[in-house]
Amino acid sequence: MATKLPPVDAVLVGFGWTGAIMAQELTEAGLNVLALERGDWRDTPTDFSPAYAQDELRYYWRHELFQRLNHDTLTIRNKASETALPMRQLGSFLLGSGVGGAGVHWNGQVWRFLPSDFKARSHNLQRYGKAAIPDDMTIQDYPVTYDDLEPHFDKFEYLCGVSGKAGNLKGVIQPGGDPFEGPRQREYPNPPLDMPYGPTLFGKAAAELGRHPFPHPAANCSRPYTNPLGVQLGQCTYCGFCEKYACGNYSKASAQTTILPVLMRKPNFTLKTNSEVTKVNLSADGKTATGVTYIDDKGQAFEQPAELVILSAYILHNVRLLLLSGIGKPYDPATGQGVVGKNYAYQITSSVNVFFDDKILNPFVGAGALGTIINDFNGDNFDHSGLGFIGGGYVGVLQTGARPIETHNTPTGAPAWGAAWKTAIARDYLKTASVATHGAVMSHRGNYLDLDPTYKDALGRPLLRMTFDFTDNEHRMSDYLTDRAAEIAKAMGGREIKANPRKGSWDVVPYQTTHNTGGAIMGDDPKTSFTNRYLQSWDVPNLFVLGATAFPQNAGYNPTGTVAALTYYAADAIRTRYLKASHQPLVPA
Amino acid sequence: MPQFQVDRRAVLGLGAAACAAPLAAAAAQFTASGMVWQANTSAFPTAVDLSAHYVFFTPDEAAFIEAACARLIPADATGPSAVQAGAPLFLDRQLAGEYGKGARLYMQGPFGKGTATQGYQARWPPAGFHRAAIKAIDEHLTRNGGAPFHRRAAADQDAFLKDLEAGKAELGGEVDGKAYFKLLLQNVMEGYFCDPIYGGNQGLAAWKMIGFPGARYDQRAYVLAYNQPYPLPPVGIGGRPAWSVKG
Amino acid sequence: MRRPALGAAAAAVLLAALPARITAQQLAATPPVTPPVTPPAASAPVAPESPQVAQGRYLSILGDCEGCHDRPGGAPYSGGFPLPTPFGTIYSANLTQDRDTGIGAWSADDFWNAMHNGIRKDGAKLYPAFPYPYFTHITRAESDALYAYFKTIAPVSYRPPPNKLPFPLNIRLLVTFWNLLYFKPDNAPQATPAGGQHIVQGLGHCGACHTPKTFLGGDKAGHELEGGKLDNWFAPELTADPRRGLGAWSTPDVAEYLKTGRNMRANASASMADVIHFSTSHMTDADLAAIGDYLRGHPSHAAAPATPAPDPRVMAAGQAIYVDECAACHAVDGKAQPTYFPPLPGAAVTQSVDPTTLLRFILSGTQTVATDARPTPLSMPSYGWKLDDAQVAAVATYVRNSWGNAAPAVSPADVARLRRKVARTPVQKPSAAI
Repeated sequence: MATKLPPVDAVLVGFGWTGAIMAQELTEAGLNVLALERGDWRDTPTDFSPAYAQDELRYYWRHELFQRLNHDTLTIRNKASETALPMRQLGSFLLGSGVGGAGVHWNGQVWRFLPSDFKARSHNLQRYGKAAIPDDMTIQDYPVTYDDLEPHFDKFEYLCGVSGKAGNLKGVIQPGGDPFEGPRQREYPNPPLDMPYGPTLFGKAAAELGRHPFPHPAANCSRPYTNPLGVQLGQCTYCGFCEKYACGNYSKASAQTTILPVLMRKPNFTLKTNSEVTKVNLSADGKTATGVTYIDDKGQAFEQPAELVILSAYILHNVRLLLLSGIGKPYDPATGQGVVGKNYAYQITSSVNVFFDDKILNPFVGAGALGTIINDFNGDNFDHSGLGFIGGGYVGVLQTGARPIETHNTPTGAPAWGAAWKTAIARDYLKTASVATHGAVMSHRGNYLDLDPTYKDALGRPLLRMTFDFTDNEHRMSDYLTDRAAEIAKAMGGREIKANPRKGSWDVVPYQTTHNTGGAIMGDDPKTSFTNRYLQSWDVPNLFVLGATAFPQNAGYNPTGTVAALTYYAADAIRTRYLKASHQPLVPA
Repeated sequence: MPQFQVDRRAVLGLGAAACAAPLAAAAAQFTASGMVWQANTSAFPTAVDLSAHYVFFTPDEAAFIEAACARLIPADATGPSAVQAGAPLFLDRQLAGEYGKGARLYMQGPFGKGTATQGYQARWPPAGFHRAAIKAIDEHLTRNGGAPFHRRAAADQDAFLKDLEAGKAELGGEVDGKAYFKLLLQNVMEGYFCDPIYGGNQGLAAWKMIGFPGARYDQRAYVLAYNQPYPLPPVGIGGRPAWSVKG
Repeated sequence: MRRPALGAAAAAVLLAALPARITAQQLAATPPVTPPVTPPAASAPVAPESPQVAQGRYLSILGDCEGCHDRPGGAPYSGGFPLPTPFGTIYSANLTQDRDTGIGAWSADDFWNAMHNGIRKDGAKLYPAFPYPYFTHITRAESDALYAYFKTIAPVSYRPPPNKLPFPLNIRLLVTFWNLLYFKPDNAPQATPAGGQHIVQGLGHCGACHTPKTFLGGDKAGHELEGGKLDNWFAPELTADPRRGLGAWSTPDVAEYLKTGRNMRANASASMADVIHFSTSHMTDADLAAIGDYLRGHPSHAAAPATPAPDPRVMAAGQAIYVDECAACHAVDGKAQPTYFPPLPGAAVTQSVDPTTLLRFILSGTQTVATDARPTPLSMPSYGWKLDDAQVAAVATYVRNSWGNAAPAVSPADVARLRRKVARTPVQKPSAAI
């Protein structure tokens, strides 16, 4: 029997990036806000200390910062004709847990989707005609534009102290920046990070080939920085233990380093950790969320009434919670009807290694978003006529560190073990760069999320089931990017290169990215989307769903910048409009 | 010498409670608490007892592991073998602890074979997988009077490992040889290149071989030092010899 | 500091004028259901109050009353805060208007008698853990203003626990002898504010921590503000000494430190955290500047210590540790990131003759105080689990003698002694369950 608690104005389910952003915004508006996080409290000096943070085995291979799958995981399969089996070990994507979520172990890569990315369907239709979008490709336009989000991208970039160089200031292209980006109103808050040797060699070769290299925008502060909330971040020291690790000296942006010092002082904000929400509760007519039910670490259940219910957990957990709570119509791939679980997408990546004999690159010096990139082949920045795919991605050399268990780039022909392997790695470890490609994934009718019929989590509830594979569109696009990467890699002047294209079906084992998107997408039409442009549920107006669940398809960029901008956009609508007419739809259905 | 707690329970291979992973704190509530902090408190790692005896491997298993380590990463002029680096001891301690038990893995059934893209589906956690696989390998090799792995010539051992890697060794029973080789190689690489507090990479020798500087945190002075050899020796979480006052 | 022999004759009266602090955070048990750090009651803006009450409110901020009379989780001013002194634990009194357990029955004369003479309403001597030797310097009018302010504090029924003082220290009468040695009521008090000296010597009672003590716990005459040891911390000199004190600081530096908890030279943490949280961060800019002027001009009579060149082998080991472990925040040249991570060259914490605070930071870590102006509690992690006594001694000796710094070397035995008292067993946070 759940103990009923006193009501709160707003309850947030999950306390990572979107939870912290929304909590800060709503408490500023005077609301009494409660955040429920099933993981632990974590903070820099006690949990991410630089006295032991540089532990590759513990953090990358034993997954100490990530979600424990014995508690909760998902099942995966490439096609509906297969039986989904549990993802028993983390691989392809690294789910976060605890305060700060995956925002604690991310790279800090902060991008803005292109203006055309927000209108992927109409833009590609207009430029390339109907044949460019196969029937089973279910991409949709976002209901917002780049211009709608511009001030909110800016807000997140200034919150984090992003280090970068603007490429388009109010329509004027700036040298040294990304000429393809959407127009921004002002420069980045911090100058770019110092660029190590490998990425500069890429930049030089790319420029010689007529491409447009620029420094990757990084939520790794290039200098000590105080953000608009008054929170202080330190200077990045290029330690090389960034992504998959937590930052030990306050220089990587996270909820802890950008928002929590201010938020955790407020009397109208409460955080409860080790409190797992098991259900969003609805009124009898299903049109109002009355609050949530959660359990603590002892298994005791509590009913938490709230005026406003906001799902701010990771996309996969948000979707599962909607399904388990019976909210919205579950998606059926056979009919194409329903919206919850629809348009799941991901990211497709590849790389080309460059081996030098004469250049010491010291690849162990790194930061999560440190590198030189080109967007010449991202989005619709190039003519796709005759190529057989839409979308694109960025190409570049990111130097994030070279932890030795993870980093075994050996040339073609070198075996994976034995004397020849050893000779190769001893010779090449310090002198190898990797040109990466990071490509979009379009939504497809057969890629979706639902509940698994067989497997259960530690609480006995059905796991989420993920049915996903790359389609021809993604493979053609990724191969194209790999070829472009190889051209530049050759021009970098090494002894040899080795291309590592992404082949075959999506494999859950090798780490790729934690860029899962979709499942409760935003849109203009309740028949084909779960939320409106403000992330407000069409069916339940006092329920908002934050995160990359909103993406109708993924673009060729890391999602966090756009996720944060959408969160600020929604928060603004809640503060200025929703709270004045609470429980009302912000967009007529 | 670091002051870490050495977890005697893991050393003795006993029961449930873990090295650095006893269950988390109870549910907590924070209102206007600021950033909660406690003196003298942090999530520091638990070092492993490095005394040279196995707590998990039986003598037969140890013989196989040591022989396999010696072939997967052999000794030569560039650096030590995986055996010399301590990989067998490392793996022994890992399999005796939370990793071996699969504490973070999802181990609920039913278990199926899985497609090539569905990853680890073995019905054992790593400790059980190693145990079952080593047993199956031994039976496979000694059937019809053949020598066990550790008594074969190096070339013969390499040939077998290559077969195992390619999925050509038919071990029978439930053991997927190709999947086991992947796990074994992964574990040996971990034991070769990990921080020495876990038993492998002894003397930081593997890091010295490739030029990895170890557990450092301030590289600001080296970002723009293009083509310059890195001047500092490697250091582990437990320190390096220069930390001690000499003489 | 030598402990006096217990049960000794005559002179045995001690009682620490040592309101040693444990920060609210440090008292929190695991799991951390922590006490609020909402602004102190004294700083909360209130509906119209009389000028006298408003003055009393501000004086209570100057006096940092809540720093001792609030306990974690308790109502403001209800007392019960355990002050650890070398002589035992003394619990602060309930200053709310409750007639039975607080001061609700006290008259203005009673209040004045406590502040000026160290005498309780029932005539008993107060232990100088309540710093009446400093509060004696305020005027009657100021005392009345404070009294008027305290009259507005809602009654809370709470009886603090009995003090834990061993015999004969629990005999209040013995305070009379202590007073003969160390206390003289001020017969011509001047109003505060009247320059920084009056704040510092009066309500501010800075010397209660920052002045060295005799073995009986009284201020060492002639050595005002030359550093004090308390509860395994060393409060540095607040003098014009350029190494061990504030000689290199400007007045705005001092004001910024007290207001925001950090400046270009130092971050405030540990025992100063509560002082800044309850008191100095709410002072007026004029008062902070006055304090700064006074302290910076205050000469030091402490003998400059001998600082022979430290053992080069110790320095070499210390440098290796420093480069590997400390540089990521404090930088290879020690200059760190001022107002974020404090610089080490020229720092008083680094060069104080008594290295206790420096060593304790290394062993246990420390958390910079969060203030409204600077809410980020940038913290130093603990190294006690990682570095042994010789290593801590080496790196401490290294920072004390590099980049122009000069201070006596630290020995492994110094570290071992402190470790036994404050960091014997490092607490290892467990891995998460989810």
